[in-house]
This record gives sequence, C-alpha cells and structure tokens, in this order.
Amino acid sequence: MLQTAQRQSKTKKPKTALPHERFLEAFRWMLLTRTLEEKLVSLYRGGLITGGVYIGKGQEAVSVACGLFLKKGDIFAPLIRDQAGRSAFGERLLDVTRTYLGSRLGPMRGRDGNIHRGRPQENQLAMVSHLGAMISVTVGALMSKRFKGEKGFVGLACIGEGGMQAGAFHEGMNIAAVEQVPLVIVATNNHYAYSTPNDREFACDDLVDRAIGYGFEGYSLDGTDLGACLEVIGGAVKRARAGRPPQLVVASVLRLSGHGEHDDASYVTEEIKREPFARDCLKVAEQAIVDLKLVDAETLAEWRKEAAAKVDEAIATAQKEAPPEGDKEDWCALSTRDLVDDVGTIE
Amino acid sequence: MVGTAIGSAIEGMRPIVEMQFADFSSIALNQILNNAGTHYWRTNVPVPITVRLPSGGTKGSGPFHSQSMESIYAHYPGLIVMTPATVEDAYTMLIEAVAIDDPVVYCEHKYLYYHLKADKLPTEGLPTGRARIAREGRDLTIVSYSAMVHEALAVAEQLAPEGFEIEVVDLRSVKPLDTNTVLASVARTGRLLCVGESFPWGGVTAEVIARVTGEGFHLLDAAPQRINAKDTPIPYHPNLWSAHRPNAKEIVRKARALLRE
Ligand SMILES: Cc1ncc(C[n+]2csc(CCOP(=O)(O)OP(=O)(O)O)c2C)c(N)n1
Repeated sequence: MLQTAQRQSKTKKPKTALPHERFLEAFRWMLLTRTLEEKLVSLYRGGLITGGVYIGKGQEAVSVACGLFLKKGDIFAPLIRDQAGRSAFGERLLDVTRTYLGSRLGPMRGRDGNIHRGRPQENQLAMVSHLGAMISVTVGALMSKRFKGEKGFVGLACIGEGGMQAGAFHEGMNIAAVEQVPLVIVATNNHYAYSTPNDREFACDDLVDRAIGYGFEGYSLDGTDLGACLEVIGGAVKRARAGRPPQLVVASVLRLSGHGEHDDASYVTEEIKREPFARDCLKVAEQAIVDLKLVDAETLAEWRKEAAAKVDEAIATAQKEAPPEGDKEDWCALSTRDLVDDVGTIE
Repeated sequence: MVGTAIGSAIEGMRPIVEMQFADFSSIALNQILNNAGTHYWRTNVPVPITVRLPSGGTKGSGPFHSQSMESIYAHYPGLIVMTPATVEDAYTMLIEAVAIDDPVVYCEHKYLYYHLKADKLPTEGLPTGRARIAREGRDLTIVSYSAMVHEALAVAEQLAPEGFEIEVVDLRSVKPLDTNTVLASVARTGRLLCVGESFPWGGVTAEVIARVTGEGFHLLDAAPQRINAKDTPIPYHPNLWSAHRPNAKEIVRKARALLRE
C-alpha cells in the first residue's frame, strides 16, 4: 500500500532536527524575500511600480523549501507568492526588480510584469495568470526530459488552494499520475483565494485527501514551521526523485498581506488571525534560531543589513535603466520572422 | 494535452497534438492562445508545437464535430494557422509545421480525408505563407482555403461554358495570409468573392476583404463579396447541413451576380 493522504493529525509533529546549515540558509532566503517585498510594497505605494505587486508574506517558509531542494536541471514552476523559492532556485534579484520597475533589460523586457516572469531556458517556467495551467506544462517538461534519457531530475509546481479548484489543475494532476513523472505539487492553503474563504472554495474535509484519488502520495504540513517545511517538502522532492509516485504537499498558512497590494484584506476575520497557522513564519524561524542559539544577535543583524544592501542595489540598478519604448519595440510575436503576417503591399 | 506539449517543447521536443476534433480544441484554448501564443514574445523561448485540428463539416457530424476554428486561432498573436486543401499540401505543410519553431495550428479538413487521393507524395511544396493559384482566370477571383477550394473549383468549371473565366486562389495558410497574391489576382480580375466554411461574423473572409479594400480599392470593379456558413450551430441532418455550409449553388448565385456588375 502506498502511504497516501497522511493527515496532519496523524503525523508526528516534525522536529526541527534538520541540519542547522540548511535551516539557516533557508532563513536567509526568507529574510531576503521579506526585505525585497517590503521594499517593493513601498515603491508601489510611492507610485513607482505600474501594475500590481503580489507578495508572499507568511508563505516564505513553504516557498523557500520549494526552491531549496531543486538542483540545476530540475524544473520549477512557481506562482505568485514564491519569491523565496524563486530566489533559492537561482533567480537573480535583478530579474525581480527589473521586471517590477519596467527595465527593458529584465527577462520580460517590459512585455510582461511582476510575478509573470521566468527564464524557461534556465528551467524557471514563466507562469501565465490562468491558475492551474502550469501543472501540465511542468509535466510536459518532465516527459521531455525522460524522452531524452535524462535521469534523476524532478519538477516542482506551486499552487494555491484556490487554484486547486480550477479544471486545469485537476487535468494536470491526472496526467502527472498517469505519466508517473517525478513531480511535486506544493499547494499552499492560505485560507483565502483573493477574498473567497475556504468554505466557499471546496467542500472536502482536507485537501490532502485528494492525493489518493489521483494516484499521488499526499502530505500535510504546518507552513509556519520552517523545519517542517524543509522536512516534508524536502522529503517529497527526494521521493519523487527516487521514482516514487507524484507527490502532493498541502501547507497551511494565512496570507499576511492583501491579495495584491491594492487590497486591504478587510475581509480576513479577526478569528482566523488567531489561528496557529496565522503565525508569521519568519518570526517563528527567527525565534527558533535564537532559542537554539544557532547564531548570535550580531550575526542576525549583519544578515539583515546584507539583505537590505542587496535589495537596495538591485532596485537602484533597475531604476537607472531605460524603459522599453513603443516606437523602438520589435513588434513580432513569432521567432520565424519570415512567417510574420503583414497586410501586403501593392507594387 | 496541449499544456504537456508546451512543456515538452520548452524542453526541446517538437510535439504534435492531435485533437479529435477541432471542436474540442475549445477546451485547450487557454493553453494554445495564452500560453503557446504568448511564450516567445514574453520569454524569447519559442514553443514549436503542432496542433492538428480535424476540421470542418461532414454529413451527420452535428454541432460539435464539424467546426472550423481557423479564424479564432488566426485572431490571436503568436500562432501560425495552416489550412491545406490538397493531399500534396497536407503532406508537405504538416512536415513544415513540425519544423517551424513557432506554434502551428494545422487545420485538416475531414471532408478531404474521404475525397482526395494522390498517387505519390511530393518532395517539396510551396513555402508556408504563399497562396496558390488553383485555377487561372480573368473575370472573377474566388479566394478560398481548405475544403472550400474544391467548391470554388467546381463553380469555376460550371461557369466556364458560359464564357466566364474564374480565378481560384487557395490561401493554403490563413496566417500568414498572402495578401500580395490575392491583390495581384484582383488586379487581373477586378472582382472578388471570398468563400470560407466558418461562421460569418468576422473571420478569414472578412479579413481578406478588409485587406483588399484597404490596399487595392482602386483595383475593384464591383463591391467585394463573401460567403460563409450560417450564423447558427452546425446541424446534424444532411439536408440541413448542406444548406448551412456554403455550397456550390450559393457560390454560383453570388458569382453570377458579381460577374454581371
Ligand atoms: C483560472 C483563473 N481564474 C481566476 C484568476 C484570477 N485570480 C488570480 S489570483 C486568484 C486567487 C487565487 O487564490 P489561490 O490559488 O488560493 O492563491 P493565493 O492568491 O491565495 O496565493 C484569482 C481568483 C486566475 N488568475 N486564473
């Protein structure tokens, strides 16, 4: 029998017994992410960012674990609250600031913005907005690697509990299991899809129960506990890499921001803010570092300063760069230039 | 299916997705239009997928197994839309579709499966994006593509004994659309009739007329006309179906009217 749909209630509480280095490394990515995103928010408030700003406050522990266990050659399909995972997987800070600030030197060159960015040539898939659509794309990339005879690779795709209710998500999970590709899906239940609360999103008892229905192995976890995130998500990546069936991890957190920075999240109830999953994972991780005396206060302060300096530099660089311009843009949506449709010319 | 093809293509394969039938590609519109169609523009990484759409009506196929969707795909950026009308083109263009680095929507008409044959396969064809003069003439240009090319040829044959020489242009691909070949034909004939099997609102026939009137208004001796299917779902019963799609009778009627002007 496969070990599937393990409920949180049935699992032992994971100990923070992982190698301290990994915990500290993850914490530093989380810190960098929080610093970066706070800065992006203030730029947005100051009117310096066009379009939306979407942050992962409260989800950094889950997200960082998504990026941290992937190696070069693995496929990563992040979504809107995955800055920590993107950074841990290798995304440059400049890619973020250039995209948000509209530099023409960024990976999207002003053609797409905010979190809709990626470098597919480096296996950072560039999400489309349509939730659920990237699951089957990740499956296809994994199938391709298998066709080519590559070994030991995995793919990891992120989703929210809202996105889990989209048809494309179901199709993606199904094809992943049918094809038995080495895929990990990390679903973060932050208890709201924009303003829609869980009880208007799904009617099942626990989302992880869905794993067995598709032929996935399923695990739940407290997404505010960095140790648990590293253990459970790290374990899922390891199992997928070793040829076990596709893995579904469902993490419980509360979104500690609006859906985007345009949203004041006034619909989030006071009651839910008192739930254990409403803790701030960054604070929880920092407390663990202090309690276990993993590093001293001076080092923590030093890390903060370093993160701020890196963020400031990436922002300053992007701000100095030229924006794209309509009359200089290459308005061509095809790579095969001689097949571009034009209206014709009378000779 | 299309999502997995896109992922495979990003990772270096050249997948071919076959829809059974074109009508069901509506389920995959998001992946085709929003993912495949935007990918190169957004990321600089092309997505060489080929989506085969068994298209168009046959007797008894009804509303959900008869559609022609080329106009929808052509409307969106980032896609190439092929609409072969002959065995030779079906063969060489499918091979080319796979070789092209961008997403190709390949509309293969089911009617042609049953009605066309070739003794041998060609080694090369016209390049994609080039229309073909399927029959030469000097009195009227009928622009068509896919199965309707054969209706147009039948009409040209039927009207020949009356002394009318009708030129038939087979677009071969609707995107890119070979406007120059169409304009050159209209320059010879002064009259234009466009025939397409898809629904009448907008679409390929409207696009051809918009381009010809915009670029070659002075070439026209009469207002250009077009014929499409009716603006209802596609009926099941053969009697209804053959009246729903453009048919030879209707094309003859419109062609005669144009020729008299
Ligand atoms: C298919 C689809 N429908 C609607 C939207 C609009 N939309 C964007 S984010 C969002 C909420 C998503 O909630 P969830 O998946 O739980 O992720 P979270 O934002 O909570 O991280 C919605 C409805 C979309 N992007 N895609």
